[in-house]
Amino acid sequence: MTIPLRAPRDIAAPGTGRVGDSPLRPDGTLKVKGEFAYSSDLWMDGMLWGATLRSPHPRARIVSIDIAEALAHPGVHAVLTHEDVPGRKHYGLDHTWDQPVLAIGEVRHQGEPIALVAADHPETARRAMDKIRIEWEVLEPLVDARRAAFDPAYPQVQERKNPARHQPVRVGDVARAKQEAEVVVTGVYEVGIQDQAFLGPESGLAVPAEDGGVDLYVATQWMHNDLKQIAPCLGLPEEKIRMTLSGVGGAFGGREDLSMQIHAAMLALRTGRPVKMVYNRHESFFGHVHRHPAQMRYEYGATRDGKILYADVEIILDGGAYTSATLNVVGNAASLGVGPYEIPNIKIDAYGVYTNNPPCGAMRGFGAVQACFAYESMMDKLAAACGLDPVTIRQINACKQGSKLATGQVIEAPLPMAEMLQTARELPLPPPLDPTDLRNLPGGASQTTHGEGVRRGIGYGVGIKNICFSEGFDDYSTARVRLEVIGGEATALVHTAAAEVGQGLVTIEAQIARTELGVDRVVIHPADNRVGDAGSSSASRQSYMTGGAVKVACEAVRERVFELVPVRLGRTYPDLSLEGGKVVSASAGVLASIEDVLGEEVIEETREFHHHPTTGMDPVTGQGSTHTQLAMCVHRAVVDVDVELGLVKVVELAAVQDVGKVINRVSVEGQIHGGSAQGLGLAVMEEIVVTGGKVRNPSFTDYLIPTVLDMPPMRLEILENADPRAPYGLRGVGEPPTLSSTPAIVAAIRDATGLDLNRVPVRPEHITSPAAP
Amino acid sequence: MRVSFTVNGRRETVDDVWEGESLLYVLRERMGLPGSKNACEQGECGSCTVYLDGTPVCACLVAAGQAEGREVRTVEGLADGDRLDPVQEAFVECGAVQCGFCTPGLVVQAHDLIERVEQPSDAEIREALAGNLCRCTGYEKILDAVRLAAARKAADR
Ligand code: FES
Ligand code: FES
Repeated sequence: MTIPLRAPRDIAAPGTGRVGDSPLRPDGTLKVKGEFAYSSDLWMDGMLWGATLRSPHPRARIVSIDIAEALAHPGVHAVLTHEDVPGRKHYGLDHTWDQPVLAIGEVRHQGEPIALVAADHPETARRAMDKIRIEWEVLEPLVDARRAAFDPAYPQVQERKNPARHQPVRVGDVARAKQEAEVVVTGVYEVGIQDQAFLGPESGLAVPAEDGGVDLYVATQWMHNDLKQIAPCLGLPEEKIRMTLSGVGGAFGGREDLSMQIHAAMLALRTGRPVKMVYNRHESFFGHVHRHPAQMRYEYGATRDGKILYADVEIILDGGAYTSATLNVVGNAASLGVGPYEIPNIKIDAYGVYTNNPPCGAMRGFGAVQACFAYESMMDKLAAACGLDPVTIRQINACKQGSKLATGQVIEAPLPMAEMLQTARELPLPPPLDPTDLRNLPGGASQTTHGEGVRRGIGYGVGIKNICFSEGFDDYSTARVRLEVIGGEATALVHTAAAEVGQGLVTIEAQIARTELGVDRVVIHPADNRVGDAGSSSASRQSYMTGGAVKVACEAVRERVFELVPVRLGRTYPDLSLEGGKVVSASAGVLASIEDVLGEEVIEETREFHHHPTTGMDPVTGQGSTHTQLAMCVHRAVVDVDVELGLVKVVELAAVQDVGKVINRVSVEGQIHGGSAQGLGLAVMEEIVVTGGKVRNPSFTDYLIPTVLDMPPMRLEILENADPRAPYGLRGVGEPPTLSSTPAIVAAIRDATGLDLNRVPVRPEHITSPAAP
Repeated sequence: MRVSFTVNGRRETVDDVWEGESLLYVLRERMGLPGSKNACEQGECGSCTVYLDGTPVCACLVAAGQAEGREVRTVEGLADGDRLDPVQEAFVECGAVQCGFCTPGLVVQAHDLIERVEQPSDAEIREALAGNLCRCTGYEKILDAVRLAAARKAADR
């Protein structure tokens, strides 16, 4: 096997940190030196550059494609269309297989891949793409998500019919509760399309192998699921595709679907040369799915003193042309549609639909983000209608341990929501506005105000997120752990297929191995498919699942070390443990060093870890115990708003999150900071703007993500109420803060302005001319 | 065309450069220095920040030919062998690195700041880093890292 330059390699984890400590990241030094090998950094002698021709139209028929001129262009080695896809012509998540590898006769969204070029220079490939001649019959795009959900006469987007999924939830008797309610509030909410905007573009290298297969170096969230789609499309058995995870520059859900994997492999297999593909930012906006935009209608009825009696909810999620993760996103939106509140009568209808808008799928928060903006906005509305403050209304209706979600699922682990809200409320507030430094004001260095017209507001948000996969899915993980003496020191080698995407999984893998094996020296092997499935780096699940797998694999290794004790020491002990590099008996004390017990022995164990089973959602009532674990974050946001110009400055974000058990404090804080920042982005700036199915802002010039000037200082309160079923009692951390920061910030803007603000992101014109949509 | 300039103290010459190539492309794809990153290639993210004659620039916005005869210093040229620069060290220590794709650009930008400004205030740090996007960290720990590096540097002066 020929190895490309800068292929990933074993990394020794620095320090001696156990579970609960904060050792340095194993990959940190490489990353600060610029030596960490990302998927766009790969290089190989004789490699070609691949490029993808994409549709300029959201909906059109392809009358003909002529590649002759492109193929004749000097320096071009291959031009491929759907006819060249060696195997299955479609791929897709969740066995939907509805997305063409390359468009066949028609395109269903702007940016849909049509043809591939391999050339000796990226510019040659681009010029050759310009020479591919396509005759189009342009059609009117189908972009009305509401009609797609409800109008049987609306034309179908693809073979799978609309709606992609309709998931109802029915609890109690909403009709009767409507008679009894003393206070009724309604809201219509909208969430724009958010992009993951990971910084490392889709990229990778495909190397044709001698056995007719291909070696793929890619950045993905879930190698084994990629493989299940890549192999049939290439017409190859899975064993002939060796995947290695290259450095991943962030993911946030956007790498759950395939991007360049099959394309690069097709070009490599056709040309017999290694092929590198790297999207630029413009292409990246079309190269992955986004967060589903949502249209939501809510009606709550309550008693005069604020106890909610019923919720009547409709959520429409626009998935674009292909299914991607839509089915599960709908499941989340439905099951978490009213959030962590005890409501006796519930009617929710969540729909996912196909349109010719940009394709949408997984993004951090996954279906729970959209609903959270709506239900939290409703809580504030209800508070106002009942004359209560936003914290009290939430406390009155808060779920706790033993409460039921809308699905009837009982919350089994501790959930101190009312207390978390209280903590958030009592945290010290930031100092008042200081107009002497203009940089502190909305508009900042642009000097748009000296403090006049600036009003401060405070808002709260609570989010609840399911951790791990739901609805009966067995998303297990696998870990292989080897223990041997290397250079006189007992060394643990940890090997999984789990994707390190920046979250710090490799750091805690080492911490867990040290904790369970009592050694200091841990080496992390690159993630690849030569070990079993680890599931996806999604749903905040890897600490739980791959952390759990590393733990059980280490326990198996540890047992084998104990089996060596009688061999080496001539007697048995019932009470052994591994601590501080020693084999220790609780009764007899330190027996020997781990090195002495191991000797020449190499112990290797591979184990799977499964979470406890969940059920599906009843198709009619939505009832079921569908979620593996639930995690909560509470935000308090403080904002200054220049009401004359509509400019918002988030002054402070405080977060209270229950993480069950802090495995690594620095990583936990980093996840809460980063998740909160993405929620801030959705609240006040981030949206893929679409007209007639076409994206109008596919660049970082026009799609804005928070900079260091937009992100305020954060105050964190991290709680550790263990979930007894999870390894070490931990809860997933990454997603909950992304849910709750958005509604908290919008609530604060409402507090400052008195406006309704039922759409995110909130733009300046929504504040200055609130009549605008 | 042929392009020749000094990178991290070494004279480098590459041939057959297409006129449209950026300094970033030449560094990454022709000189074996992929440390500077390619997050946007349109001057919006700062991940490609390098020193050009001592001034931080977005390498994606500099045509390769514009670097002819000049001095380039990249993230790969900051450490002294295995001894990290104080900014690099602080980034690792403070947890300012997650996926790390923004890191090379931020490290160079922060390095420049604390060269120029002794003990920068938070407002000065924010202003200096405003052109560098990070999608993972929410910037809190990046600020911590720059404060720490600046404090250590001041203690050394
Ligand atoms: S890659 Fe140069 S600024 Fe983004
Ligand atoms: S650490 Fe991922 S973009 Fe900054």
